[in-house]
Amino acid sequence: MAQADAVPTRTNTPADSPPDQLPQQLEEGRGPSSADNVLEVTDLRKYFPILRGFFRRQVGEVKAVDEVSFHVARGETLALVGESGCGKTTTGRCVMRAIEPSGGSVLFRKRDGEEIEITTLTKPDLRSVQQHMGMIFQDPFSSLNPRLTVLEIIGEPFVTRKLISGRRELEEKVAELLRSVRLDPTYMRRYPHAFSGGQRQRIAIARALALDPDFVVADEPVSALDVSVQAQILSLLKELQSELHLTYLFITHNLSVVEYLSDRVSVMYVGQIVELGRTDSIFRQPRHPYTEALLSAVPVVETGKAGLRRERIILEGDVADPSNVPAGCTFHPRCPYVQDICREEEPQLVDLTGANGSQPHYVRCHFAEELELQGVRNSPQ
Amino acid sequence: MTQSPLLLSVDNLATHFFSQEGILEAVDGVSFDIHAGEALGIAGESGCGKSVTAQSILRIVPSNGKIVMGEISLFQNGESIDLVQLDDRGQEIRQIRGGEIAMVFQEPMAAFSMVYTIGNQITEVIRLHQDCSQSEARDRAIEMLRRVGMPQPEQTIDAYPFALSGGMRQRAMIAMALSCHPALLIADEPTTAVDVTIQAQVLELMKDLQRDMGMALIVITHDLAVISELCDRVMIMYLGKDVESAPADVIFRDPKHPYTVGLLRSVPELGEGHSQELDPITGSVPSPYRRPTGCPFHPRCPEFIPDVCDVHLPPQIELAGGHRVRCHLYVQD
Repeated sequence: MAQADAVPTRTNTPADSPPDQLPQQLEEGRGPSSADNVLEVTDLRKYFPILRGFFRRQVGEVKAVDEVSFHVARGETLALVGESGCGKTTTGRCVMRAIEPSGGSVLFRKRDGEEIEITTLTKPDLRSVQQHMGMIFQDPFSSLNPRLTVLEIIGEPFVTRKLISGRRELEEKVAELLRSVRLDPTYMRRYPHAFSGGQRQRIAIARALALDPDFVVADEPVSALDVSVQAQILSLLKELQSELHLTYLFITHNLSVVEYLSDRVSVMYVGQIVELGRTDSIFRQPRHPYTEALLSAVPVVETGKAGLRRERIILEGDVADPSNVPAGCTFHPRCPYVQDICREEEPQLVDLTGANGSQPHYVRCHFAEELELQGVRNSPQ
Repeated sequence: MTQSPLLLSVDNLATHFFSQEGILEAVDGVSFDIHAGEALGIAGESGCGKSVTAQSILRIVPSNGKIVMGEISLFQNGESIDLVQLDDRGQEIRQIRGGEIAMVFQEPMAAFSMVYTIGNQITEVIRLHQDCSQSEARDRAIEMLRRVGMPQPEQTIDAYPFALSGGMRQRAMIAMALSCHPALLIADEPTTAVDVTIQAQVLELMKDLQRDMGMALIVITHDLAVISELCDRVMIMYLGKDVESAPADVIFRDPKHPYTVGLLRSVPELGEGHSQELDPITGSVPSPYRRPTGCPFHPRCPEFIPDVCDVHLPPQIELAGGHRVRCHLYVQD
């Protein structure tokens, strides 16, 4: 069933280098542009106004995303992880301009090297750029139109952009796409209700990949699925990435999925990135107390292997209200290591490269270098 | 664990739903025992009948469903009551619901009424089951809220459910469930709707409460890790059948049924790194209206034996150490 050459238009991919060989000297999104970055996001902000009263006066704002900067290199997976309300989905949508960001810049680099500043594009230009981006949503039961057949759903981007002349050609294209997500092409005349959750998510993936995107935003693509089906979709996403050299921005709250799929991870808390770096080094040794707590909060199956049991850190209270962010470090009311300075002064996102080897590792914490935090130990050899 | 007395015994329970599409055998021949103070985890994917099992125990199965077979015996003060025989709107089952057996739901917003304060709703439960005055009930409710770690219980008792955050609501619901000191608490996906850090809080709380109050616990979830954190015994269900049940430390170390093995392999494990191989179960759960013949798992099973698995329903096989499995691989003849 698996056909590596299912989509023929992918031959012109320039960057085949595995993500671990990518240049790492670049400062997140701010430094000199690197030719290998698909996306460079700088100081991205999204503030939602809070309106009150008869005249809908603005009485405040929710800082859903506040000065978020990161880059995504071609062929890699960057995970945005955090709890509900941390701004990870808003970030993903702002990057695609599915919603309008309040400020900041999003630089998108096409495969042929052309650089496009997404935030200033006009609507028609934006539409032509958006064909280079795909999006996969969480719930395949609401993301597919129940009145359209699979052929119409997956073929829609070709039809609306007038990329295809005949019906035969369209059917061939859709069949190819269905094969690439390991579905039987003979299903293309069926409606979404005839498919299970996992199959629907495959259809959604096929549609996201229809126009051969440079870059795919996957927003919690497995959270609504059954456990055994989650694993199928995760391995499909991983296989597609290596077959088609896809670049993923992967939004999730599930840290096990992050570890399985992503090269780098950006941990968000109340609209800000608190830690950003390579997944393995962050999971082995986190530098921000929130990351440490997140990692230790994940329940694990005890398979009887000795030494896997970790000391659990139970955070007090709830995630801070993004419309009323605490002064100083946003995490200080829940932080077990809180000091006086944390309540007053807001920490900056600093690079700990020197302290942590050669890979950039950004942390937003006053005590990032002093704290000895506990990560996830690899299972004992 | 076997020393403590038997609390609830479910024997060959079958609950079917009758609809226009046919008969849906949501629970089909499930048996298990719970001893006082024990924690049982029921795990499985959607449609496996785990929630209907809980609803059958409390006799809150939706109106188109019916318990067609089996016994649910609740042991109280040396007597046993068969819950299946009770009138599901009668006085007896109402005394048991919320009194002897309490339940915590996945979505706390759906369990609370929007128009009463949480204090109102908790005191109502207390006064229904215990003979006490309004102010005594209120004191007990405050005590209970404090016990579940609610900040400033004297004030929050007068809050409406929508004014509380997800974690606080979950705590309030646990307080309501525990307010009459039940002998058995059934928790249906207690942490699925909350964030990871809140999930850790709730799991820790349930562990503490269970230990302190000595109650038995049934945790229903799709997340094996949650069960591993909380439970002494595990029962895995698939399409209405109990395919495997064993003590938690045994089943996670040495799973026998191919479905359990597959479930454990399909979850990426924290700490295993980027290179770990997932080995997902192929296909997806079939529609319960079209249940496969023979073993319900055979179309997805990697160990499928032609002419055996697709013809005969495997019997329940008793292995050493309280390990039961329903699979032809372990039939010895």
